[in-house]
Amino acid sequence: MWQYDFMQHAFEAGTIVAIVAGVIGYFIILRRSSFAAHALSHIGFAGAAGAVLLGINPLFGLMVFTCGGGFAMATLGRKISERDVQIGTVLAFMLGLGVLFINLYSGYATEAYSLLFGEILGVSSTDVLVTLIAGLLLLIVVACIYRPLLFTSLDEDVAEAKGIPTFWIGVLFMLLVAIATSIAVQVVGVLLIFALMVTPAAVAQQIARRPAQGIIISVLIALLATWFGLFVSFYLPYPVSFFITSTTFAIYVVARFLKIS
Amino acid sequence: MDKEAIITAENLAGGYATKTLFDQAEFSIKQGEFVAVLGPNGAGKTTLFGLLLGLAQPLKGSLSIFGKAPRRGNPRIGYVPQRHPIDAQMRIEAIQLVRLGIDGNRWGIGLGDQGIEKAFAALKAVGGEELAHQPLGSLSGGELKRIFLAEALVGEPDLLLLDEPLANLDIRRESNFVRLINNIVRSRGVTALLIAHDINPLLPVLDRVLYVANGRITNGKPSEILNSKALTELYGMPVEVVKDSHGRIAVVGMEGPVQHHD
Repeated sequence: MWQYDFMQHAFEAGTIVAIVAGVIGYFIILRRSSFAAHALSHIGFAGAAGAVLLGINPLFGLMVFTCGGGFAMATLGRKISERDVQIGTVLAFMLGLGVLFINLYSGYATEAYSLLFGEILGVSSTDVLVTLIAGLLLLIVVACIYRPLLFTSLDEDVAEAKGIPTFWIGVLFMLLVAIATSIAVQVVGVLLIFALMVTPAAVAQQIARRPAQGIIISVLIALLATWFGLFVSFYLPYPVSFFITSTTFAIYVVARFLKIS
Repeated sequence: MDKEAIITAENLAGGYATKTLFDQAEFSIKQGEFVAVLGPNGAGKTTLFGLLLGLAQPLKGSLSIFGKAPRRGNPRIGYVPQRHPIDAQMRIEAIQLVRLGIDGNRWGIGLGDQGIEKAFAALKAVGGEELAHQPLGSLSGGELKRIFLAEALVGEPDLLLLDEPLANLDIRRESNFVRLINNIVRSRGVTALLIAHDINPLLPVLDRVLYVANGRITNGKPSEILNSKALTELYGMPVEVVKDSHGRIAVVGMEGPVQHHD
């Protein structure tokens, strides 16, 4: 399996994405902004499709659009959860825009398919490098703002009185979500982003009593699902995304079941 | 001004750019006093806290706290806002939130378990040590109030600002919580400003009342403020303070009852 470049690239990119998604996902759950994360990936779809149309790397289109969208969401409304309708409206428009771009490109369905559902096996060495740089940058920033971010997520009013710039922490966090979403789209695609960014963290949140534990569990689940998905898909002729989403879903169901019983 | 005064307001006006809530406020509060901040909804009680915390600026006049202008992030202030309930799904244990009261505003990860002992001591001070490892989402309203108080106390503040800590507590828990706050104020020499709607559970322990109403802030001993003459003057309309057989009071005016006893 390892003699193939595409498998190596897939494992490298998949591993970075799983770690990043696990870490950011934990804070997404804590801040209850999973819908915003979902929306960002759809906004990114238009950017990626636009980039395809212009003949540049879709990853850059993703980053530009998700960062723009993330910045707008963070600055327009403090409470994202109360803005479902506005976000949903923009999200639908962006998907439509993406469809138009794909159609203008050539009418090929494969590009749209890989953006929507992920195409980890088509990741190039340039993509791996961009993913690595983006991932490292993201983890460093999270480490720097860890305590204020945690404080703001748990207890915003006190955090603000304590002198934490809660507004800018919120903006910075949405930019981190935007970057994480952009690189995760390569693995699971726009429509399945929940499986990597939200589901592992949701399981971790149910189990862990300490934030550090929660982040570790979330990362481990995302890693397990990604590796397992890649491994199985090498031997079976079905999409990687299916195996990744199925694994996280199965873990989620088991965790819920154990909690009830 | 008195040397012991830790909060001094001179000709203070507060509110929003579009609306002045109170004006020409003059008061001073001494170290170790237990102060109730009373008044109708929307009169500017929480706005006053915002000014003390440095979250908002005075529209006019001056406000000094520990001899300086208020600033955000003052470690000598412990603050408990009026808050929304914690998500019932929240599994993070209580002591993790309390601990953020020590170093949650510093950058970086903060390796190791430093602060856990201090956080535990703060929980003990509010009688909440058995809650330390409970998930926040599983705690009752009264238990959460203890956790938030511990979070404010853990930084060893000289001033506590408590925004409606007695809301939604039944009578017994209310009086227990007042006793707890009073013990902390007296044993640590901490000054406490407490926003309340019902003065009665506080009457036995109060040193001073700040009454925010009708665009003004009046300050004095409870007996000086909470009588028919003073409040009639304050509101600029007929107001009556009535007492029941246990000494509990109710303020009745043309607007309808401002405070009531449950």
